[in-house]
Amino acid sequence: MPTAPTAPALGDVTASDSTLRRFLHGLPGVDPVGLEARAASLGTRSIKTTAKAYAIDLAISMVDLTTLEGADTPGKVRALGVKAVRPDPTDRQTPATAAVCVYPDMVAVAKEAVAGSPVKVASVATAFPAGRAALGVKLADVHDAVAAGADEIDMVIDRGAFLAGRYLKVYEEIVAVKEACGPAARLKVIFETGELSTYDNIRRASWLGMLAGADFIKTSTGKVAVNATPANTLLMLEAVRDFRAQTGVQIGVKPAGGIRTTKDALKFLVLVNETAGADWLDNHWFRFGASSLLNDLLMQRQKLATGRYSGPDYVTVD
Amino acid sequence: MTTQSQASAFAYAPAPESRAVVDIAPSYGLFIDGEFAEAAEGKVFKTVSPSSEEVLSEVARAGEADVERAVRAARKAFEKWSALPGSERAKYLFRIARIIQERSRELAVLETLDNGKPIRETRDADLPLVAAHFFYYAGWADKLGHAGYGADPRPLGVAGQVIPWNFPLLMLAWKIAPALATGNTVVLKPAETTPLSALFFADICRQAGLPRGVVNILPGYGDAGAALVAHPDVNKVAFTGSTAVGKEIARTVAGTRKKLTLELGGKGANIVFDDAPLDQAVEGIVNGIFFNQGQVCCAGSRLLVQESVEDELLDALKRRLGTLRLGDPLDKNTDIGAINSAEQLARITSLVEAGEAEGAERWSPACELPSAGYWFAPTLFTNVTQAHTVARDEIFGPVLSVLTFRTPDEAVAKANNTPYGLSAGIWTEKGSRILAVANKLRAGVVWSNTFNKFDPTSPFGGYKESGFGREGGRHGLEAYLDV
Repeated sequence: MPTAPTAPALGDVTASDSTLRRFLHGLPGVDPVGLEARAASLGTRSIKTTAKAYAIDLAISMVDLTTLEGADTPGKVRALGVKAVRPDPTDRQTPATAAVCVYPDMVAVAKEAVAGSPVKVASVATAFPAGRAALGVKLADVHDAVAAGADEIDMVIDRGAFLAGRYLKVYEEIVAVKEACGPAARLKVIFETGELSTYDNIRRASWLGMLAGADFIKTSTGKVAVNATPANTLLMLEAVRDFRAQTGVQIGVKPAGGIRTTKDALKFLVLVNETAGADWLDNHWFRFGASSLLNDLLMQRQKLATGRYSGPDYVTVD
Repeated sequence: MTTQSQASAFAYAPAPESRAVVDIAPSYGLFIDGEFAEAAEGKVFKTVSPSSEEVLSEVARAGEADVERAVRAARKAFEKWSALPGSERAKYLFRIARIIQERSRELAVLETLDNGKPIRETRDADLPLVAAHFFYYAGWADKLGHAGYGADPRPLGVAGQVIPWNFPLLMLAWKIAPALATGNTVVLKPAETTPLSALFFADICRQAGLPRGVVNILPGYGDAGAALVAHPDVNKVAFTGSTAVGKEIARTVAGTRKKLTLELGGKGANIVFDDAPLDQAVEGIVNGIFFNQGQVCCAGSRLLVQESVEDELLDALKRRLGTLRLGDPLDKNTDIGAINSAEQLARITSLVEAGEAEGAERWSPACELPSAGYWFAPTLFTNVTQAHTVARDEIFGPVLSVLTFRTPDEAVAKANNTPYGLSAGIWTEKGSRILAVANKLRAGVVWSNTFNKFDPTSPFGGYKESGFGREGGRHGLEAYLDV
């Protein structure tokens, strides 16, 4: 069995299914009312003028510009890549996005489109979005993506195994995928929080992912009804904060799905700033998984710069 | 990893709420019999903004003669007001509630200016609750026969009400809404440091077309309050404030036929068990003691934490305190505003010094205090025992005393070991423990896995030196009915 280098501070909690279960169920509970109230209250922070300009640029630099459609073509992916490198052709000061996120078969195309820029290519490997395939298939998916040059792998966990309480199986899969990523690719572990259903489960999944060697923990695929919310992201930020306090290891967080407006994005940045702290305010540690958010950020950026609202035709469609 | 300089770049720019929405006149009179009038003795006092010490307005100061006039006006108005059908009184109350909602931005800014509390709280907590109280008791006005106090319960007459400065408009709503709903008329004395929102409320009464004399507002000092309480033609006295004054009022009223409710001090215990939802407990502790700068009678000013999670919880709490934003109360991002007055600041300071002198360990986050105004940094005391002053005296400021316990019995014993009994909190994931512990706590309100939650439907009041009688809910009607 492959094992991740578990932080000594936590002991050998992954020795067996039962030690792992005991550990995960021993984590402090989450009171849903209190969690949501806290997320809502941070959502009332008023981010204006210079703080807003800073936050918009930061948010742009954190976007994983995403296209995950069956109908994706090389042309569409190329367009996405070009946009990621230069989001606003009218203002070259606009920061590049963090990455483009595509299906494994599009990695090579995306890689070429962003060549020579700092933009990374992320790929949803591991039988995305359901994750319902044999481990061998998932690993082959990952190998393909990495071989095509993916810098980051976004894997989905086996929610069925998690909900059945087979934590060790989930853990071992993550460990195996992490190994398949090799030293070059960073691993983002997607929990599909909407399917995990309870906040207690989301906290347990977060710790499970971090124990197994995830570089990032990510809320969702964007393919279900409930994706990233302020509350589940706040909870995951608490998890990475506590994990670093206990192990010294810093893990990134990526809310994905449903974040469409600048206003929403700024609320998430406030959550990061006041929960995990300023150390996470950087695209190495925090990302937005989004497809339509970028254009709204660009329009708000233009508004701040010119004092006038432009409109959807002043940003590129893709 | 980001560097510190990069990190500090996400400093929130100031986001002040506009003062332009409120028009404060240079001077205000007393509100008697539907008119603003000067005080009989011609006295006035200044009200200042605690965050800047700026003089906001000059207000007439009520004396004995003014109390006499106001009580007479209220007595006269009582005849007609109490004879109105409940549904008619309800119309006025609903109208007042709606006007409060319409003017809530103005009132929130006014309250923040006069009291020093953050706009975030006046906007999101005080004003919605003020309107909700009027709506709630408006609903009762025509249903008094179904409240469980007899088929046709009668009002008492003239209610003399004295309210504190910590929630000026909310305490007014708690007092006036049930009094009017049940058919009583009112003479209310707001605190001398925060008279403005009550005077704006007087204007709202006129806007709502409330009959003359039903509500009378007498800004003034303790002497006016004492005269009101002692007035022979007052049938009901309601007081919220300090325990010392409450005792004096009880002595004054003793032997008369006046009905009395007192809502006094507190030293609430916030009990955190080792299986608590810790992140939410931290928020609840912060909300329990730093809401309104701790100037809350039901504040959770004593944290009782199970020894096994003490270190973990204190680390989390200190980290959280480091993110509290103290400063301009009109800034929408401010969490901690100013202390209400120089006197209150002096009292907090002296009690904290006593705590240090007795050997409790004092801690505050790095926190810059503005140069003008009355400010006190959020403060924790650890290594506190039941014998320390900071564990016994009500500080009424942003100061939390941390004690520990080992067993549920010990937690209950320590929580109850206080002359007060207004509020308590329990934090645990175990439902049976919530019920078992709550039953043993002698406190008027016991919150579980939350703190400082208010609702007009929920009765509020104390045990022991925290007073007697209940405000809010169906129970709150009893204090204003002849039952």
